[in-house]
Amino acid sequence: MERKDFIKKGLFGTSMFVASAAIGNVIKNEIDELQNLDAVPITENILGFNHLPNNNSKIMENIILHKADTRGNADHGWLKSKHTFSFANYYNPDRMHFGVLRVLNDDSVEGGMGFGTHPHDNMEIISIPLEGDLQHKDSMNNVAVIKSGDIQVMSAGTGIYHSEYNKNQDKLVKFLQIWVFPNKKNVTPRYDQITLNLADRHNNLQQILSPNQDDAGVWIHQDAWFSLGKFDKDFSIKYQTKRKENGVYIFVLKGDLTINNTTVNTRDGIGITNTENIDIKAITQDAEILVMDVPMTMA
Amino acid sequence: MNKINILVIGRHQQITKTLLNLVNKIENCVGLSALTDDDAIKIFNENKIDLVLLSSGIPEESEQLIRKNFTDENPNIKIIQHYGGGSGLLNNEILEAMNNPTITV
Repeated sequence: MERKDFIKKGLFGTSMFVASAAIGNVIKNEIDELQNLDAVPITENILGFNHLPNNNSKIMENIILHKADTRGNADHGWLKSKHTFSFANYYNPDRMHFGVLRVLNDDSVEGGMGFGTHPHDNMEIISIPLEGDLQHKDSMNNVAVIKSGDIQVMSAGTGIYHSEYNKNQDKLVKFLQIWVFPNKKNVTPRYDQITLNLADRHNNLQQILSPNQDDAGVWIHQDAWFSLGKFDKDFSIKYQTKRKENGVYIFVLKGDLTINNTTVNTRDGIGITNTENIDIKAITQDAEILVMDVPMTMA
Repeated sequence: MNKINILVIGRHQQITKTLLNLVNKIENCVGLSALTDDDAIKIFNENKIDLVLLSSGIPEESEQLIRKNFTDENPNIKIIQHYGGGSGLLNNEILEAMNNPTITV
C-alpha cells in the first residue's frame, strides 16, 4: 500500500475556489451551486419521484436485494449516475439507507467535466475510481488525482469545500461515491488517499477501509470495514462480519456470484443482516465485489 | 399551497449560505438562516417555522439549547440534522421530515 504525496498549494487558501471558477472551461458544471436544481414540489402526500418500484427487494427476513436496474437514475448529460439509495432528485422511501451506509452512487463523468466546488459536512465520503482519472481539489489545499486502484476518503466534519472532475478530455471517468454517516458530529475535516496493490484482492477480500488509523486501507469515523475482492470462476470465500451488530452490504462491480445462495449480477446490491457469516461464490471468471460491513444503527 | 418555512442553522458561514440558497430553490420552500443561537431563537420566535435544519459546527450545548427553546415554543416543531452539506441529501431530508410525523426531536 502506497500513500500518495499530495500537492499542497498552501498559498491557494480559499482563493483556490476563485481559481477553480476561473478554469470554467474545464469545470463547466456545478450541481450544488451554479446549476439550478430541478424544482422539487414538496407536498404532504408525496410518495416519491423517480421511484422505480422494486417489488422483489425483500427476498428473506434478513436479506435485501437491490437489482441493478431498479436503482435511481440521473442523467445530466455530462454526468450519468445510478443511485442505490435515495439521492438528490431520486427519492424512494424504501431506499433511504442500509444502516449507516447512506449513499452509493455509481457515477460516470464525461471528459473534462465534473463537479464544481461544493460543500460537505458531517459525512464520511469514500470515492473508489473504477476507470479513468478523477481530479480532486479541496479547501484543505489538497490537489490530487485518483485512478483505478486508489481509494479516497474525506471526513467532512465541520465543513469542507471541494471540486472533482474528469482529468482527461477524451475518456470517461467512472467511480463509486459512497457516503457513510459518521459516529461523531463536527470532527475536524480530513482527507486521505491510498493506492492499493490490486494483486492482493485476487481470490481474497482486501480490506480497504476500517475505523482504525493503523489498520489496512483508509480509515473513517465509523465502525465500518470495506473490502474489495476479485475472484476466479467457482472460487468460494467466507466473510465474517467484524461486529455482531453490523450488517453487510455487497455491491457487485462485475460478474455473477451467489451470496448466501442468492444469485447476484453486475451492479446488483445485496444487504444482509443478523448473520455473522456470509458465503460468497463466483459464478463467472473475474467476478468483483465491494463488501461494506457497517453498523445498522447510529451511535 | 402553503409554503414550508425552513430555518437553517449552522456555524459555517459558506455552507449555511449554500444550504439556504438550495432550500430557496426548492419549490414550496422558503429558507431563513442563522449562524448563532441568539439569531436562531430570534428568527424562530418571529416567524412561523415548519422545519429546522441543523447544519455543521453546532456544539452539543448549543443544539440542546436550540432544541429546548424551540420545542418549548412549539412542541410539534420538526428539528432534523442535515448531513452532507449540500444538495445531495437535502430534498430527501425535507421530504422525510415533512412526511414523517415521528421525526421531531
